[in-house]
Amino acid sequence: MKWTSVRVVALAASLAMTVGAAHAADAVKVGLLSTLSGPGSGLGIDIRDGFQLAVKHSGGKLGGLPAEVVVVDDQQNPDVARQSAERLVKRDKVDFMTGIVFSNLLLAVAPPVFQSNTFYISANAGPSQLAGPQCNPYYFNVAYQNDNQHEAMGKTVTDKGFKRVALLAPNYPAGKDALAGFKRYFKGEVVSETYTPLNQLDYGSEVSKMRAAKPDAVYIFLPGGLGINFIKQFVGAGLSKEMTLFGPGFSADEDVIRAVGEPMLGMFNTSQWAHDLDNAANKRFVADFQKEYGRLPTLYAAQGYDAARLMDAAVRDTKGKLDDKKAVRRALEAAKFDSVRGAFKFNTNHHPVQDYYLRVITKDAQGRVTNRTLGTVFKAHADAYASTCKMPS
Amino acid sequence: MTGILVLEQSLNGLQFGLMLFLLAAGLTLVFGIMDMINLAHGSLYMVGAYLIAAAALASGSFWLGLAAGVAGTALFGVLLETTVLRRLYERDHLSQVLGTFAILLMCNEGVRWIWGSQPMTLNPPPALSGPVELLPGFSYPAFRLLVIGVGLLVAAGLWALVTRTRLGMQVRAGASDREMALAMGVNVRRLFTAVFGLGAALCAVAGGMLGPLLAVQVGMGENILILAFVVIVIGGIGSVRGAFIGALLIGVIDTAARALLPPLLERLAGPAAASDVAPALASILIYVLMAAVLFWKPQGLFPSHG
Amino acid sequence: MADPVSSPLDHRLRKVPALVLLAALVVLPWGLQAAGQDFYLGLATRILIFGLAATSLNLVLGFGGLVSFGHAAFVGAGAYTVAVLMQDGVASAWIAWPAAVAVSAVLAAAIGAISLRTRGVYFIMITLAFAQMLYYVMTSLKAYGGEDGLSLMSKSFVAEAVDLGDERTFYLLTLAVCALAFLFVQRLLNARFGHTLQGLRENETRMAAIGFPVFRYRLAAFVLAGALGGVAGVLLVNQSGFVSPSLLDWHQSGLLLMMVILGGVGHLYGGLAGAAIFLLLEELLSGYTTHWKFVLGLVLLAVVLLAPNGVMSFRRRR
Repeated sequence: MKWTSVRVVALAASLAMTVGAAHAADAVKVGLLSTLSGPGSGLGIDIRDGFQLAVKHSGGKLGGLPAEVVVVDDQQNPDVARQSAERLVKRDKVDFMTGIVFSNLLLAVAPPVFQSNTFYISANAGPSQLAGPQCNPYYFNVAYQNDNQHEAMGKTVTDKGFKRVALLAPNYPAGKDALAGFKRYFKGEVVSETYTPLNQLDYGSEVSKMRAAKPDAVYIFLPGGLGINFIKQFVGAGLSKEMTLFGPGFSADEDVIRAVGEPMLGMFNTSQWAHDLDNAANKRFVADFQKEYGRLPTLYAAQGYDAARLMDAAVRDTKGKLDDKKAVRRALEAAKFDSVRGAFKFNTNHHPVQDYYLRVITKDAQGRVTNRTLGTVFKAHADAYASTCKMPS
Repeated sequence: MTGILVLEQSLNGLQFGLMLFLLAAGLTLVFGIMDMINLAHGSLYMVGAYLIAAAALASGSFWLGLAAGVAGTALFGVLLETTVLRRLYERDHLSQVLGTFAILLMCNEGVRWIWGSQPMTLNPPPALSGPVELLPGFSYPAFRLLVIGVGLLVAAGLWALVTRTRLGMQVRAGASDREMALAMGVNVRRLFTAVFGLGAALCAVAGGMLGPLLAVQVGMGENILILAFVVIVIGGIGSVRGAFIGALLIGVIDTAARALLPPLLERLAGPAAASDVAPALASILIYVLMAAVLFWKPQGLFPSHG
Repeated sequence: MADPVSSPLDHRLRKVPALVLLAALVVLPWGLQAAGQDFYLGLATRILIFGLAATSLNLVLGFGGLVSFGHAAFVGAGAYTVAVLMQDGVASAWIAWPAAVAVSAVLAAAIGAISLRTRGVYFIMITLAFAQMLYYVMTSLKAYGGEDGLSLMSKSFVAEAVDLGDERTFYLLTLAVCALAFLFVQRLLNARFGHTLQGLRENETRMAAIGFPVFRYRLAAFVLAGALGGVAGVLLVNQSGFVSPSLLDWHQSGLLLMMVILGGVGHLYGGLAGAAIFLLLEELLSGYTTHWKFVLGLVLLAVVLLAPNGVMSFRRRR
């Protein structure tokens, strides 16, 4: 009996190895699904541009194989995102997916992507659900986990001595993560905590409520066009004279600065990346990005760039055998690439363990309004959800 | 402090209501006189905002941009009316709904084709981007004051036009009884074109006023279009006075609901309810109001038809 | 088996072409597989589902003469019922699907009871308003996903042998349901109910004078249309595994209206033809340009101006 079953197992195993033998692919297909229209489009466009610059830097290849990048607009709509993702994994059979900006879209897109055994390398959205209980072997986040920048700001605002803070974020998973992260490290009093609809652009009501509540400081998480509108209306209502505005790197990067300008001078923010970080990869990235696109990169562009570099390393390390999912996963986990942030390491839940810097908006040597790095808030900081992730090996 | 909060929210409501009026006025006239449902009205608002933004960017001046954009949109409206919309007057409502829906789709894509998918920036004139101290301790954004001012000015101008001019008299006659107006010798074709062009211009003004506060992006006209329809149904189709009252009513109710419901719900059901339910409830309230008005006064508050 | 008493209000099934079409649809999955185009089976399924939704709208619009701008609410209600029940642990299709149809029917009864008291543009506005209200209610219910929508954990459970997760099985089930629904509509239209409905469309005053209870007939048609819309919603949520409030909003209602007019208002095959035209255009054109909606708008405008009775009207014999 025993012999027969062993023989059967051996036969099955050899069959499986022949049939499922990983053969080297002849090209790498990447599905880049991002928000390319609407108020959030600046973010998606930057991710796309950063990604494509990295592909250009490796000669149009990823890991030695020609790269085919399919760019699709999710229109910031969960239905469109999901259908586009299904089309990419089922019809176009991409090897990697990336690009989504907004966490609610990522959570809608995740099930079909994971079910089709396609790797998702997130270049932005980092919802706590996918860092903790719902972590998945096919999901990697090369950017950050949603709470992190806000945790750093919570610590900064406490260290700077502000006691009464009003909080504002949009009502979606990343907004909830943001204020949860801030409150985790902020030791003062939260005067108000408001969540606005994700498509709301007029903050007149919130501004007048802040005026009535009189906090010392206001902390906002409003990405892209939302932040632009809020800051303009905040300044326009005269509140910038009465209370200090703080935000994460998302609400204070080049895209917002370009739209708002000088009223933002002096605003503190935190980020895991800054364009003045001193390492070779970053210097090359920032210089070439400006040359190629005529503008300074935001952190979104840096994240898109790193996503491509990670894929490049994974394809290289598996020698193009992309059908061997276990090998690809191990290569991704090893993350042997030169990030624009310097040394890079993944935690057990596939999220980065990295430093977070304090930045301030000032005028640089050329008179441009931009961010300057002041110091480090957190060193080798891991996210708060890693322990709840039971990653299958 | 609550007094200032109420004052500020009231001003916000007034500002929103006046802009809604600019959109509703054109819509109600077109509907009342030409008996045409125009779903492309929101597209005129969007095109207006884009033209103003583009002109402001090119000329460097908000005011020049506003003037150029309004003129351009009026021209666009007249062109649209003479080529396509004219053929829909005699048709049934379904054809009008679908024909103008088609134009809405084409305008959205056309705008995306020309200006791309990213929203355009329209900044208020630098002199007006700061606050104005209305009361000691209360500063209100100067630009919103401008919006209120422009809204009131346009409303006054429309009132003068409709009640004191010959054109206005023809408009009122056409809204009240089209066949009779025709029989009395009104040049209907020219009247329709003029009314449509005026409506388009009003949309553009609203676009220029709201663009700096919201965003100049594809599809920006659609949400506000639905609200404009609600306004004219409440106010009475064909009545400019009805559009004014209806718009102010909706503007104030919408702003009040958004301001008062969240703290109320928070006290009753916790913060989650406040952020999840309150915005939806505020929107639902508007529709309930419309249903109620239709129930008691099926022709609206100020019906224009005799 | 010709109808004993046919009239101008009858809608012939045209048995031979219909059977040919049905046969072609039945063998489609194997044909697509042979051509290596498996992905398009999903598209075919969507065409059938939207064909059903559009036909249900055609029932009130084309045959009833009522321009309902809120029909997406019933499709969405059916979809959400299945999704919510699945979230609460009820995965059996035998419970969830009839429940969904019932919910859509009740919703249609409620909305119809109020809306049908109005006429013309007010009817359009009120149906629109009710659909928007439902949309806002669903966006505010975070327990059911809110604005981000609800994912189905698995497909509805029909039977051990019938795995809806298999695309081909699902397609064949959809085909069966849609064919049955279609047959039902055809029989209905050729029966007294259908004749009365069309008579009401032609001249309401005369029908009322003769003694037909106008309101009751219209409400019945509205409820039936809503229920059929719910069936389409049930199939739709199983096909995509996902439902979000955007399925309910007025854009979606406008899309359904568009399908009906493209295919033929008041024609038996109008809904199906319109859905096929629209979805095929979308699939074809989006491959060429991201601005395909412009072409769609152009086509729609052309149809409205030139062929107001839709594609099927070209086939109508004088």
